[in-house]
Amino acid sequence: MDDKPAIRIRDLHKRFGDLEVLKGVSLTAHPGDVIAIIGGSGSGKSTLLRCINMLEHPTSGQIAIQGEGYRMRPARGGGLEPADRKQVQRIRAQLGMVFQNFNLWPHRTVLENVTEAPIHVLGQPRAQAIDRARQVLARVGLAEKADTHPIHLSGGQQQRAAIARVLAVDPLAMLFDEPTSALDPELVGEVLGVIRDLAREGRTMILVTHEMAFARDVANRVIYLRDGRIEEEGTPEQLFGDPQSPHLKQFIRSVM
Amino acid sequence: MRNILTPMMMPHRLIMAALALAGLTAMALTMQWDWLPANLPRLWDGLLMTLAMLAGSVVVGFALALPLALFQVMGPAPLRWLSLGFCTVIRGTPLLLQLWLFYFGLGALFAQFPEIRDSWAWPYLRQAWPYGFLALTVSFAAYQGEVMRGAFTGVPHGELEAARAVGMSPWLVFRRVWFPRALHRALPTLAGEIILQLKSTPLVATITVTDLYAVITRIRQTTLLTYEPLLLLVAVYLCLSGILILALRWLENRVPTQR
Ligand SMILES: Nc1ncnc2c1ncn2[C@@H]1O[C@H](COP(=O)(O)OP(=O)(O)OP(=O)(O)O)[C@@H](O)[C@H]1O
Ligand SMILES: [Mg+2]
Repeated sequence: MDDKPAIRIRDLHKRFGDLEVLKGVSLTAHPGDVIAIIGGSGSGKSTLLRCINMLEHPTSGQIAIQGEGYRMRPARGGGLEPADRKQVQRIRAQLGMVFQNFNLWPHRTVLENVTEAPIHVLGQPRAQAIDRARQVLARVGLAEKADTHPIHLSGGQQQRAAIARVLAVDPLAMLFDEPTSALDPELVGEVLGVIRDLAREGRTMILVTHEMAFARDVANRVIYLRDGRIEEEGTPEQLFGDPQSPHLKQFIRSVM
Repeated sequence: MRNILTPMMMPHRLIMAALALAGLTAMALTMQWDWLPANLPRLWDGLLMTLAMLAGSVVVGFALALPLALFQVMGPAPLRWLSLGFCTVIRGTPLLLQLWLFYFGLGALFAQFPEIRDSWAWPYLRQAWPYGFLALTVSFAAYQGEVMRGAFTGVPHGELEAARAVGMSPWLVFRRVWFPRALHRALPTLAGEIILQLKSTPLVATITVTDLYAVITRIRQTTLLTYEPLLLLVAVYLCLSGILILALRWLENRVPTQR
């Protein structure tokens, strides 16, 4: 890989009507970085993550994926909107997003969920896509479930299938939005295990999580978001071992 | 297919089938059926007309229902109101009235224009079936437009977002996720509506289209029999409904999903 940052965000602002949710966030993820974003409810973590693949349109600021900045233009109601939809689609195909609620497509089998983007977005030959899908399903421990429909899977299995769906396109970076928050406690471990393996393998990822022990374990950088701003960032040792901000101290105390 | 056939072998079903068989035998033995062989060709034509009316109006009506539904879900305001107005008016008035308006109103109007009378379309437009087909289609489109509107809005937002997040274009999202999901959600309702549509087709007999019902009526007039032709009609409609129900249920069961 070249040394261009995988994801670079500069001075990102986002408002919903009168509510300013992000108030100037800058962040750079280099290839291989695992960045954990922590913070209280409503601090803007999901919004930040969703701006990276343009599921939310920033009000101002720049976002570049592997050196390529989104081309934006002023939107009608104020703020910005993508000027080039094709570019957004192309960049999205390189970013894998894993949602809190899995969001698998229930009318397709697990295998079809995984081959959907490679075949229909990337235009890969079907046989090749199926090969690759079986590989990634095996990686997340779902080889046997390939031909099942998602409804027959447990929450943990569904989330692992969603991770496989993202891995199938060999993404430049993976975005996780609280991937274990919707799971029963006994199913959290299997999903975290898969994510940990991917992190160890050198995948670039940005991870919104409430699992502090996990963030401390896998992340090489932690960002504490509060009220739309990065209040503190550093290595897990710095943030969890020696937090500076009183809010962060309190936050860590409340969730640990 | 097995999962449809096995439940039919349950004891209560078998008893009901036996009863039906006994009833049929009694009918065959005690009632008068000698008119049947000679009328078979006409009955067959009538059945074909009924099926053509049903299939044609369902297929074309559904194709029209999609834009009607989509305009209401995400169209620009004028189209949204237009679709909503269309669906409301058609659903709020009797099909019989629409049928007559099309046949007597539109038919008479067309006849006044020499351009139309001289055109290639006139040999069709002077017949009754195009108006029957039009009325049935418009009605089906309006009802299905409403059903599909609900189905489209009912597809969980996250599934569409996941599709966008993997880089699908809006059209691909529609074709691969939104539409198939909405269709599947709508299938049970759709099945019922197709049965209802089948039972609406006899109305076209009132504008001289010779569907199965019209043929039966004529047979009753010529043979002066009251019950036998009607019983045949009942049997045919029941069979058609049954086949439709089984076919649609099979379609539904192909995708297990919570709705
Ligand atoms: N589409 C939207 N329209 C209006 N307000 C929104 C929208 N999305 C998010 N918000 C608001 O923006 C704020 C930040 O939301 P966001 O989801 O980014 O927080 P979060 O840090 O992910 O919180 P949580 O931990 O609860 O997931 C919240 O106050 C939320 O109500
Ligand atoms: Mg969130």
